[in-house]
Amino acid sequence: MGVELPSDAEIVVRLRASDEKLFALLVDQWSGGMVRVALTYVPNREAAEDVVQETWLAVLSGLDGFAGRSSLRTWIHAILINKAKTLGIKESRTLPVADTAAPAVNPLAFQNSAEPHPGHWRQAPAAWPSPESKAEEGELVRHLDDAITELPPRQRQVLVLRDVQGFTAHEVSAAMDISLANQRVLLHRARSAVRARLATYLTPERGAAR
Amino acid sequence: MNTVRCDDFVEWVTDFLEGELPRETERQFVNHLAECDGCDRYLEQMRFTLQQLRTLPDVPLRHAVREQVLYAFRTRPRS
Ligand SMILES: [Zn+2]
Repeated sequence: MGVELPSDAEIVVRLRASDEKLFALLVDQWSGGMVRVALTYVPNREAAEDVVQETWLAVLSGLDGFAGRSSLRTWIHAILINKAKTLGIKESRTLPVADTAAPAVNPLAFQNSAEPHPGHWRQAPAAWPSPESKAEEGELVRHLDDAITELPPRQRQVLVLRDVQGFTAHEVSAAMDISLANQRVLLHRARSAVRARLATYLTPERGAAR
Repeated sequence: MNTVRCDDFVEWVTDFLEGELPRETERQFVNHLAECDGCDRYLEQMRFTLQQLRTLPDVPLRHAVREQVLYAFRTRPRS
């Protein structure tokens, strides 16, 4: 993604020395992903951009305190998540939705105990056609975005941090203050829901069982 | 035929991809994969999903917000 960045240690030295070009490069490379993460906590793009702006300001005033215990990008995301949480709580008008347990795949896709092979696929999941044009790729992205938006908040947060932003399990469980095991359960539910959602879009003729 | 059920397999996928399945379960998972077309396709679709998520386009900052952030850098109090 974009230009290769110097090491964290060099970035910090150069920012302290007011290297504006490098700062602009960081802002351009990281803000887009940061808006995505903020959007998992706050209700709209404008609020998400506010969070990102506040985060960069906090990064500037806190730069001297960056100790290099985590990567710079992880450190910045931890600040972002704290800011987004505070704002997200202020802005949410509804009660938090519980991350209800649901099977990864609709149980109707599997044979029941009266059938010859209980728990096995009735019919293998239908093959997905690969996108054949820019328009179809765009559609796929739109469906992915919708699928992410529809996830319960904590599933959405874990999925975006892990699978979109590429942070490690340890980084995410530390930033969200949840256990590794809990992180993995949320990730599993989120990934399963997103796959199911893509299946609905890519193989609509299959109905409920996929 | 081994005893793994497909409705169990789909619940193990994340633990498998994370390298967190217990050794014996992982062996059963891999064996099942070799003999079940449905689960093979399921895992392939999960990998495709992850690859699509990893390459989602960014949501860029509006120009005005970017300018404010850069302005703050330029004018920040220096220690
Ligand atoms: Zn199977």
